[in-house]
Parts: sequence; C-alpha cells; structure tokens
Amino acid sequence: MRSCMNQRGNQDDAMAGDRLRPYGDTMNDGRVQVSFTLPIPDGDRAVEAAKEIVLSMGLTNPVVAWHESLDKDFTFFVAYGSHEKGIDYSKVKVQSVDVPVMSMEETDRMIRERFGRKLRVIGASTGTDAHTVGIDAIMNMKGYAGHYGLERYEMIDALNLGSQVLNEDFIREAVAFDADVLLVSQTVTQKDVHINNITQLVELLEAESLRARFLLIIGGPRVTHELAKELGCDAGFGPGKYADDVASYFVTELDKRRESNTGR
Amino acid sequence: MAELRINWDKVAKAREASSAIADDVVDRLSRFTTVTVERSIARLYGIDGVDAYDVPLSNVVVDHLQEKGVLGEGIAYWLAQGVLSTGLSPQALAEGVARGEIELQRFEKADPYLCSLWAKEQAEKALGRIRANRKFREKKIRQFGERPSPLLYAIVATGNIYEDMVQAKAAARQGADVIAVIRTTGQSLLDYVPYGATTEGFGGTMATQENFRLMRAALDEAGDELGRYVRLCNYCSGLCMPEIAVMGAFERLDVMLNDALYGILFRDINMQRTLIDQSFSRMVNGAAGIIINTGEDNYLTTSDAWEEAHTVLASQFINEQFALRAGMAEEQMGLGHAFEMTPGMKNSFVFELAQAQMARQIFPDAPLKYMPPTKHMTGNIFRGHIQDALFNMVTVLTNQRFLLLGMMTEAIHTPHISDRALAIENAQYMKRALADFASEIEFREGGIMEQRADDVLTQALSLLESIRADSLFHAIEMGRFAGIKRRREGGKGLDGVTAKGEHYDNPFVGLFLSEQKEGMAV
Repeated sequence: MRSCMNQRGNQDDAMAGDRLRPYGDTMNDGRVQVSFTLPIPDGDRAVEAAKEIVLSMGLTNPVVAWHESLDKDFTFFVAYGSHEKGIDYSKVKVQSVDVPVMSMEETDRMIRERFGRKLRVIGASTGTDAHTVGIDAIMNMKGYAGHYGLERYEMIDALNLGSQVLNEDFIREAVAFDADVLLVSQTVTQKDVHINNITQLVELLEAESLRARFLLIIGGPRVTHELAKELGCDAGFGPGKYADDVASYFVTELDKRRESNTGR
Repeated sequence: MAELRINWDKVAKAREASSAIADDVVDRLSRFTTVTVERSIARLYGIDGVDAYDVPLSNVVVDHLQEKGVLGEGIAYWLAQGVLSTGLSPQALAEGVARGEIELQRFEKADPYLCSLWAKEQAEKALGRIRANRKFREKKIRQFGERPSPLLYAIVATGNIYEDMVQAKAAARQGADVIAVIRTTGQSLLDYVPYGATTEGFGGTMATQENFRLMRAALDEAGDELGRYVRLCNYCSGLCMPEIAVMGAFERLDVMLNDALYGILFRDINMQRTLIDQSFSRMVNGAAGIIINTGEDNYLTTSDAWEEAHTVLASQFINEQFALRAGMAEEQMGLGHAFEMTPGMKNSFVFELAQAQMARQIFPDAPLKYMPPTKHMTGNIFRGHIQDALFNMVTVLTNQRFLLLGMMTEAIHTPHISDRALAIENAQYMKRALADFASEIEFREGGIMEQRADDVLTQALSLLESIRADSLFHAIEMGRFAGIKRRREGGKGLDGVTAKGEHYDNPFVGLFLSEQKEGMAV
C-alpha cells in the first residue's frame, strides 16, 4: 500500500499519504458507495435526507445516484461520497490466526510424524442453529470450493453431529469421543444469539473443568478470531476459510502445546 | 415450449418403484398413531387455548390420555365418551382436564358405535370450516384472475409478526405473489405449537395460529388494494406437522412446507413418527386446497449438486407417491428442486436448465418449487445478484410454478427490505425479457442437455430400485439422501408413537379423502 502511494501519488498525495483512504479511480479520492433505505416517502426531501445521512457518516461530496420508492413509506437510495479524512493505517491492529496453511497431505504427514496417531475432531452447529452449511463445508468429505473436508484426511477422525445440538450434549459427545478438537459453527446471528450460545458453551466447559482438555474453535459468517478470543475460545474462522486453514491451525497449535507439556 | 426427449419407459419404472416404496411405508405404519396426530384431531374438534402454564390444551388432553395409557383408542373416542357422558363441549372437557377436575378415561359408558357417530358428525362441522376457507380462496382467485407462472415467492423473517406484516405488505406491493413467513430457528423441534401473537424470534417468527391470522389479514388487505390474491405460506414440518396443517387450514394458508424426509435428515426427527405425521398432515392440506412444498432442494445444500442431482429426482418420485396416498391432486404437489451447481463449473447454466426442464416434463401438473442458489452465495453481493439472475432465467424458461426469490445478501443477513425489492425487480425483468424465449428454441437431439437429463433419470431409477429392494427406512439408515444417516429408532419424537387400540377411530381420514375427490371434480 505504502509503496504504491509513493510510486503513483503526486506531491499532495505524498503529504496526505500518512492517511489511508478508499480508492475509486484515483489515489486518495476516498470514494465510497453506500446503499440504504429510509422509512419516508420518495421525493426531493427524501433525497436531501439521504444526502444528510451520507454526510453524517463522515463522507463528503454526497451524490445520490438512485432513489426509488419501495413502498409508500420506504425509499431506497444508492449514494456515493468521499471519505476524505481517512485513517492511520500504522495504528491498525488485528488478531488473526497466524499459521502457514498446509495441504491435506502435509497436514496428514505432520500428524503422523508428530503425534503418531489420528487426531479426533468433533463438530456441530450448536444451540438452536439449524444451519449445517458451515460445519459441512469444513467437515464433509467433499469439502467446499475445492478444499477437501476433514473427513477426507487420513490422519483425522472427524465426527459431525449436525445441527441443533445442545451445548450439554455436545460436551458429552466430545468426552465420549475423546476429542482433541471441538469445532462449533454458528450461522444465525440475529440478536447476538451466537455470542450467547458460545458464552454458555465456554462456561459449561469451565464448570466441568474441561476447557483445557480441548482445543475450541468456532466458525461462521460473523465470527472473527478476535471475537473467538474474547469469548474464551482458542481460535475463530470467518468467511473464506476452509478445512485446510482450520486443520493447519489445530495441528500446529496442538503440536506446540504437546511440546510445552513435555518440556521439549 | 421446447421439450427434451425423455425416456418415458424409465419414468414409468421409476414411478412403479416409488409406488412400491410408499406402499411398504404405509403398510408398516398404518397400525400406529402419534401424539401430534391426536393433538390435531383435538384442534379439529375445537380445542384451543392454553392452560395456566401456557401449555396448549391439545397437549394437555393428549398427554393426559398418554399418561393413563389409553391414547391408543384415539382422542376422538375419548372426547366422544366425555361429551356423551357429561354433555360438556370438547373445549370444556379439555379445560376440566387442565384444572385436574376431569379424567377422560373414566368415561367409558357410551356404546362405541354411538361414539363413532358423534365423532363423524362433529368432524363434518370442522370440515365445513375448512371447506369455507377453500371456497373463499377459490372465489377470490376467480374474482381477481389467477396469476401467471412463475409465482414470485418472497420470505419475511424478522421474528416480530407485526414487523413481518409491514415487510410482507411491502413485498406484495412490489410484486410478490406468495409470502412465506420463516419460522424461528428450533421451532421444528418443539413438540407443541406456541400460542398467541409473538414478537421475539431468531432467524424467523413463531408459527402460531394467531400469527397466521394476523398475516392472513394483512395480505388480504394488500391483495384487495392491489386487485390480486396474495398467497400465504408457512411450515408444517417438524414435530408438529399435522397440528400446524390444521392451523393453516383454519386460517386459510395457501402453501405449506411439508416433507417428512426433510425432518428426518436435517432435523433428526424420528422417521416413523414423522412419516405417520406426514400422512395425516397431507390429508389436511389436501382437503384445505393447500399446495404443499417438499424439501428436496435441501439435499443439494450439503451434497454436491452435480453428483447428487438424482437423489432430488428420486425423492420427488417418492414424495409424489406419498401425496397420492394422502389423496392429493398433482396440482397440489409443489415438489422441490434447486439451482445449486457451483458457478465455477463450465456449462453449469446449461445443466441446470436441463434438470429443471426434465423435472417440469416428468411432473407436468405439479406446481414445482424452484429454489435459488444458497450454497455458493459468498457475501459478494454483486456476483450473487448475477447468480440469482441466471436462476431466474432457468425458472422462466422452464415454467416453474414457484420462483423462490434469491437474495443477493444470502449468507449475510435476513433480507433487508431493499434486498427483497431488488430480487423482485430482477425476477420481473427476466420474466419480461424472456417471455416467449422458450417457445422460440428447441433442444438439440442427443445434445449435452438431453444427455444430462437422461443420466440423472437413469441414476434416480437405479437408486429407487435399490430402495425398493431394502425399504425406505433402510435407505435412510444407509445415508442414501444428502449423505446423512439416520437410525430407525433414533431421532426425536419416537416416544410419541402409539399403537392403535380396538376402538381407534379417526373420522377425518375418510372425510378428508372424499373431500379431496370432490375438490378435484370441481
């Protein structure tokens, strides 16, 4: 990003180059597109209101490119503006899972060499969540978007409990399976139901002194690594992460823990 | 309309195998009833409301009979005994049971024949209420004129029925023909139906009779204003299939999700329980003139859409046979399928078109429900909108009856009001732009589309023949659908299955079956 600015920016841009701004078609133009609906009838006043909404987002030079009545009291807008202020990129911090991603074969080899046994992974979409698409993408043989799921790994015993598994049942099954890793998928996020559910899972594990026994990983469209850590999990994976990302993480992490336990 | 050349001999064999599969299931299960079927009968006899702990009275009465070990005789029998002995109404009896003042099994004085007479006579009254709703719907559709295919089917799911009504009316005004209220996550596993208007839900809104009534009124209001009949859809799947079917019949719903296989595979509901429930719920839906929607499309959200397409077709054949055994007309069988091949695949559109056209021709009178892409919707809303446009094209070209509107924000959030409006605009654009396209083209003989359709049909036939050899129960145990294995004695709700006793009587079965025959004659 920085080198790009230096090569292509003019003197003014270089002065402004400490700040990070959205890119439309010119460095530092700050152009942003937004769309939203206001609960008011369409008309000149609605367009003016939309501009003020855009301004109040911190965007300048608002342009309402499109407005359309959705119902008598609802109007939809597509608008553009500039984020002139920008942000200080050097101050941006992120917690992410920082492990090199290995192929399925590399992961299997590492498990064979470092553990000498299969790792056991249990997964479920817990609580009232009925969606299995996330846990299936990670666990099913077929995997997702060309990334094979954990069931395909030779050195992983994967058990997918499916959806709507109560936290209590999940823990019981995990103990019975003698799992090394717990995978929890949370798709429904309305009214923060996923946060409450994961919090409850962590509390139950702690109450039964089982938290340290398992590596606890959560995933879902609204899950970030940072959120996972906040909730007391070991890692979190959001959209665009596949079985190989998850497997690389838990194999590496379990290996690290094994080493520190044996004092090697 | 362009048509594919289909091997009709294979289609006939597939139907024959499916017919044997369905006969075997009906045969094994006809000796049993379930708590849900009995609660539905209680509701049909007018038992409504909840006790002091918010437990529905239909549950109170049926649980009471189960506790006393006499549910096998059926609730119709015990209500008849109670009414004939005390002169109280079924509702008053239920209230008495709830207060602990009445024990229904103590009344067994009346002659069983008199009981069955009472049961039949009262059942006819309930049927009258359902018939009036059906007639009202037919009258409205005659008055406004039937809507052309595909019907645009939009979803609302705010959790709050009053907010849903706002969104549903907006969607209707924008052009939606069917409004489906998604249920709150987890309701399918409740062994009772919640009561009253509700304003809290996750990923959807409670299916309650009062919520049905409120939404029906909202859509009637919008429909009268727009000069068209706006259909209402909800879910009678899960542990309360037939009960919710009864509520739908009472509140004039038009479309209901109804699929035991879906519940078995995706909700881990016991297969015996839900197949018995499905049979009666389809009779209720049938008599009420409600179109059912089956859930085959869901298989492809977990399995690969290319490799497992034949499981969808096989399941459609089986669902057709189950619906026929519940007395349903083809015109009420909204068999499901979906557009779920990965956008990364070469010719994915061509193959989706072939499969959708094949389904259209094999089930020519069924109002097929075609589902939009969900599995490969990524959060890139711009690409998602194009995927939905391709889906809309297939729907229009193959004349599906229900076009479930795809949302470009699928996989992000429950639809915003603008997501729905853009989806409707997209579908209407395709409807308009491709209006006469299908009648202007022909499919190449022996081309990749005909080849694809034949491959899917051949695989479906071979799957059906293997299921016929082993029974449907075994096929599910082996994970033949969606790669999910379920045990015959496993899953939720098996404890609600009871063998029928010597006086068992469900007078609604005969009434609903003959009502459907008459309905078809009209």
